[in-house]
Amino acid sequence: MSDFKLDFEKSIIELEKKIEELKKFTESREIDFSEEIKKLEIKSESMKREIYSKLSPWQRIQVAKNLLRPRTLDYIQKVFEDFIPLHGDRLFKDDTAVIGGLAFFEGAPVVVLGHQKGKDTKDHIFRNFGMANPEGYRKALRLIQMAERFNRPVISFVDTPGAYPGIGAEERGVAEAIAKNLKELSGVKTPIIVIVHGEGGSGGALGIAIGDRILMLENAVYSVISPEGCSAIIWKNASRAADASVVLKMTAQDLLELGVIDEIIKEPAGGAHRNHAEIIQTMKNVIRKSLKELVGLDKNELVARRYEKFRAMGKFLEIEG
Amino acid sequence: MALFKKIKFGHASDKNVDIPSGLWSKCENCKEIIYSKQLEENLKVCPKCRHHQRVSAKERVKQLIDEGTFEAESSKLMPLDFLNFPEYNEKIKKAQAATGLDDGICTGTGKIHGRPTALGVTDSFFMMGSMGSVVGEKLARIIELAIKKRLPVIIVSSSGGGARMHEGILSLMQMAKTSAALKKLSDAGLPYIAVLTDPTGGGVTASFGMLGDITIAEPNALICFAGPRVIEQTIKQKLPKGFQRSEFLKEHGFIDMVVERKDLKENLAKILKFFGN
Ligand SMILES: [Zn+2]
Repeated sequence: MSDFKLDFEKSIIELEKKIEELKKFTESREIDFSEEIKKLEIKSESMKREIYSKLSPWQRIQVAKNLLRPRTLDYIQKVFEDFIPLHGDRLFKDDTAVIGGLAFFEGAPVVVLGHQKGKDTKDHIFRNFGMANPEGYRKALRLIQMAERFNRPVISFVDTPGAYPGIGAEERGVAEAIAKNLKELSGVKTPIIVIVHGEGGSGGALGIAIGDRILMLENAVYSVISPEGCSAIIWKNASRAADASVVLKMTAQDLLELGVIDEIIKEPAGGAHRNHAEIIQTMKNVIRKSLKELVGLDKNELVARRYEKFRAMGKFLEIEG
Repeated sequence: MALFKKIKFGHASDKNVDIPSGLWSKCENCKEIIYSKQLEENLKVCPKCRHHQRVSAKERVKQLIDEGTFEAESSKLMPLDFLNFPEYNEKIKKAQAATGLDDGICTGTGKIHGRPTALGVTDSFFMMGSMGSVVGEKLARIIELAIKKRLPVIIVSSSGGGARMHEGILSLMQMAKTSAALKKLSDAGLPYIAVLTDPTGGGVTASFGMLGDITIAEPNALICFAGPRVIEQTIKQKLPKGFQRSEFLKEHGFIDMVVERKDLKENLAKILKFFGN
């Protein structure tokens, strides 16, 4: 599938192929290439690190969107145990672009939720490309408020191009659904950990991204507007999206510097799509650490800190008078 | 300059009629030529077709707050081009010159028919009333001041721009900031009245725009999350007439009332009376 390919990975993929061939050769001919393989693997590792450390924001967007990257459901199924999916907003329908339910993290009960994108064409359509309707935000709120009542922490996974811009979404008040989440989540008396692992698309992302820890994968992106949309506004043409992605400062590093996220989650060499097992393990470590910091905090203190966290975001010049 | 030469009164609906600025203006809806002074007296509502023109934040404050009672919130905040965003500085300077504001918002306290309230008004003439760090911060401060002084809050939005992309992700975070402040207000037992005017869109609708205990809209205002053009491009079909207008939102249950501008102050006063301060 051609859209899986990231052009800057060409040399990595070639080397990986070569290693594969040598491994096969070793097996079939019973000639030992293990020394050679080891050397190439070290080379491949440093090549991945090297290339990935220098990705442009536009290239990172391609990594964040690539179909081999783990999706929310992968994380939910592999980081947690005994996931019990729950459905519906109790008002209109079940939004398949937002999943969530009960789960256990290393034995402890938690509520998990997030945007879910598809894996193939049929799945893309089923998941509406990860673009939620109002029902998705309302389902998320329902689950989070349940977590609050039973004193369970929430882990929210963000991966969406944005809320769905459709007639039904507007009729059923997608703006109201997002706004209500922003308001209510700011006061929920249970820890919320937000993990932006793919695309953080504007208000559609923010609607489930209010929490006590905002973490972001190394190659994830998070922005107020898509680079295509931004380019169309500035340059009257969507073709300069790559330039817009630089201007918008939407990488994890940018967001850390702007004080929007707390921590960057390091990805395996060559991106999360290259080593699911490793990113799952990293995710476990990060969630364990965050939970340890948050669980047991006084609830009012927790909410007060969350308020201050978002209250402090923004840059302006204050003139004392 | 021959001021009136080009006006053909018999053909006031002719699109090509040139209007000398100042004395006369043309209704953008019915194309009627209106005497500017009459339009002013009519709170910028077309006397012929009732089209509600956009008003600046300062005009809005004047229309709503009892004379001599408005006290602007005292902090002086200036927008910063911290992303080196193309043309942002120029746009700020132009907007500041055009509106006399530091950024697209007026906040303060005052009285409406004798009843004290906190007020925020966004200004669509300042970069389409978009919300960047200053707008978000000014709103958070006026809401926090209202909590301290036990005042209700009214926010009049005129923000077609939504979150201001020139400030990147930090403009998005103003949605979180303002909504969290309104949660505090709500928890403090104080009311918030949202007044939505043409146009209110994107991140403004999806934050303080849709969080009113009571939500009022002016007639036929565009109130949306995704703009009509974006939706048309996505679904590849024309949108029905009246879609995303005030009356449509009322019909779908997101707005309590559609109120003409001439009745707005009176209605706000009655609501404030109910909340009893
Ligand atoms: Zn008219």
